[in-house]
Amino acid sequence: MLRNSPPGTADIGALERKATQLRRHMLTMARGQGQGYIGQGLGIADALAALYFHELRYDPHNLDWSDRDRFLLSTGHYSIALWAALAEAGILPIEELVTYGADNSRLEMSTLDTTPGVEMIGGSLGHGLGQGVGQALGLRVDKSDARVFVELSDGEMQEGSTWEAAMSASHFKLDGLVALIDCNGIQADGPVVLDMEPVADKWRAFGWETFEINGNDMTAIVGVLADARNSNGKPKAIVLRTLPGKGVPRIETSEKSHFFRIDVAQWDGIIAEFDKTVGAAQ
Amino acid sequence: MSGAAMEAGRTLAMGQDEAVGGGRQSVEAPFGRALARLGKSRPDIVGLTADLGKYTDILPFRDAFPERFFNVGMAEQNLVAVAAGLARTGKVPFATTYGVFATRRAYDFVAIALAHSNLDVKIVAGLPGLTTGYGGTHQAIEDLALMRMIPGLTIIDPCDATEIEAATEAIAEHRGPVYMRLLRGSVPVVFEPGYRFEIGKARRLREGSDVGIISTGFMTERALDAADALRKLGISAGVLHVPTIKPFDAKAVTEFSASVDRIVTAENHVVVGGLASLVVETLFDAGIAKKVTRIGLPDRYIECGAVPTLQAKYGLTTEAIVAKIAALS
Repeated sequence: MLRNSPPGTADIGALERKATQLRRHMLTMARGQGQGYIGQGLGIADALAALYFHELRYDPHNLDWSDRDRFLLSTGHYSIALWAALAEAGILPIEELVTYGADNSRLEMSTLDTTPGVEMIGGSLGHGLGQGVGQALGLRVDKSDARVFVELSDGEMQEGSTWEAAMSASHFKLDGLVALIDCNGIQADGPVVLDMEPVADKWRAFGWETFEINGNDMTAIVGVLADARNSNGKPKAIVLRTLPGKGVPRIETSEKSHFFRIDVAQWDGIIAEFDKTVGAAQ
Repeated sequence: MSGAAMEAGRTLAMGQDEAVGGGRQSVEAPFGRALARLGKSRPDIVGLTADLGKYTDILPFRDAFPERFFNVGMAEQNLVAVAAGLARTGKVPFATTYGVFATRRAYDFVAIALAHSNLDVKIVAGLPGLTTGYGGTHQAIEDLALMRMIPGLTIIDPCDATEIEAATEAIAEHRGPVYMRLLRGSVPVVFEPGYRFEIGKARRLREGSDVGIISTGFMTERALDAADALRKLGISAGVLHVPTIKPFDAKAVTEFSASVDRIVTAENHVVVGGLASLVVETLFDAGIAKKVTRIGLPDRYIECGAVPTLQAKYGLTTEAIVAKIAALS
C-alpha cells in the first residue's frame, strides 16, 4: 500500500487516534526497560502520525523504492517514537516493540540504520540536515519528485553543522526538503541551556520558507504540511512547538523529562492513567 | 581536458610552490582527469568540494558534468554529510578538501555518517603531510593516523600521477568509504607504464638484501632514487611500496622484512601512528624482531616556509634517506 494522501483529504480524528496509538506504544516500550526518551517521543507523536499516515509517500513492502519520500530522524534518541510509527505503518512487527532498549534488540534507544525503515544513523547530533541536503540533491539528479523530511530539535540547532546544512539547502534551492524542528525546550542539562529564540527568524534569515505552529495540534500540522508542498525554490522549515510528555500529565509536568527513568509499578500507574484519560476522550 | 582550460580554472594557493617535482615528466591534475574520464561511463559518480575545487584538481570533472557537481562552501562537516546523503540515493560521491579539514574538522561525520554505514563515499584530500609551506593549519601531518582508527575506512596514499589515476579508478569500483591522499597540480610520473595498482596490495619495486625500505606516498619516489644512490655506495637496498594504508598488506611487509637485514620506513607523515607504526605492529605480530629505522616527520607541528626547504629540513628527501641509511652500517 502506498501512503500519501492528497491535500485536503485528511481525517483529523483518525490521525489523532493514530497519534494516541503511537503514544500507547511508547509507554509500553518505556515500561520494558523502565526508562527511555519518552518525553520527546510523546511530544513528537502528532507530527509523526501526520507524516506516516497522511503526508509521506512510501511503500511498507518496498522500503528501498527509489521514489519514496524520505524521513530522517536526526535526533536518534527519539527512536522510541520512530519505532512506534514504523510498527503502526506495518514496517516493524508491533509485538517487537516491547524489546525497545533490550540487549540484542533491533530497537535501539538511538537509531542505527540497520533497522528497517531507518534512513540514517542518528544520535551524533547535527548530522541529519546535511544528509537530507545530500539526499535531496541525489533525488534531483535522478529527476525524482520524492521529498526529504528531516526532523531535528531546538537543542540540535546549537550544533554548527546544522547551519552549514541550512545555508547549502537554500543555496541549492532544495524546495523538496522539509525540516521539522521540534522545539520542546528541553536539553540534556535542563531546559533551554542556550536560548535559541527567535527560532523561526533564524531559519527565515537563512533563506528558508518558514512556518511556526503548535506541534501538538493535528489540524495545524496537516495544514502546514500542505502549505509546505508548494514549489517556490526554497527549502521549508516547520517550527513545531511541542510539549514534552504530551498526553501524559505526570510526564508533562516532570522536570526530568529529557530522560525518564522510573520503576515498573509507576509505569503501570502512568499507563493506567493514560488509558483512562484517552478512554474518556475517545 | 586541455592544459589551457585547466589553467583557467586553477591557481595554486597563496603563492606556494608545487608540492612535488624534481626533473621527472609530470601530468597535470591526474586525479581530476581520471575522474572526468570515469564520469562518462559512470553516471552515478558525483563530485563535491568545500570551496577548494581549484586547489584539489576536481575542476575537470565539474566542467564535464556541471549538473553532477556541488560546491557546498567552506563547510567540511556538511561536505561529508551531503556526500553521505547522496550515497544513500545511489550516487558515488567524490568529495575533495584539504586533508586537515577532512580529518580534524569532519572526523565525526567521516566516522558516523560514512564509515558506520559503510557508505560509498570517496574523500580525496589535498596537501597531505608536508606538501604545503602554509604551516600547521594546512599540513595534514597526522591524517593517516587519525583515519586508520576508523573501522572499515580504506586509506590510500599514492606515489605519482600513474598511481593517482589508477587509484581513482580502483576506488570508484570499490564499494565502501575511502580516504585518498591527493598530490595535486603537476604530479611527476615515477612508475613505468604497466604499473598495476590494486587496493590493499604492496609492490616490491627494487630487490635488495642489506636494507629494506618500506615506503608510501611520494616518499616511494625518494626511496627509489635513494636505492639507486645507495647501490653506488655498495649498499643493496630493496624498496617495498605500500600505497594502501588500510587494509594493510601485512603479508607483503612480513615477507619483505624477512628478506633484508635492516628495515627503514619512509612516509610523508608524523612517525607516530602511520606507516612506521603499522610496520612495527605487523612485524611484532609476525614474531620478526628487527630494528626499524623510521623516516618521517617528527612529533611536532611544522612551521611555514618553502616546501623544498621544509622537506629538506625534516628529512623527506632522497639525500636524507641516503644519509640516514649510510649511517646505519
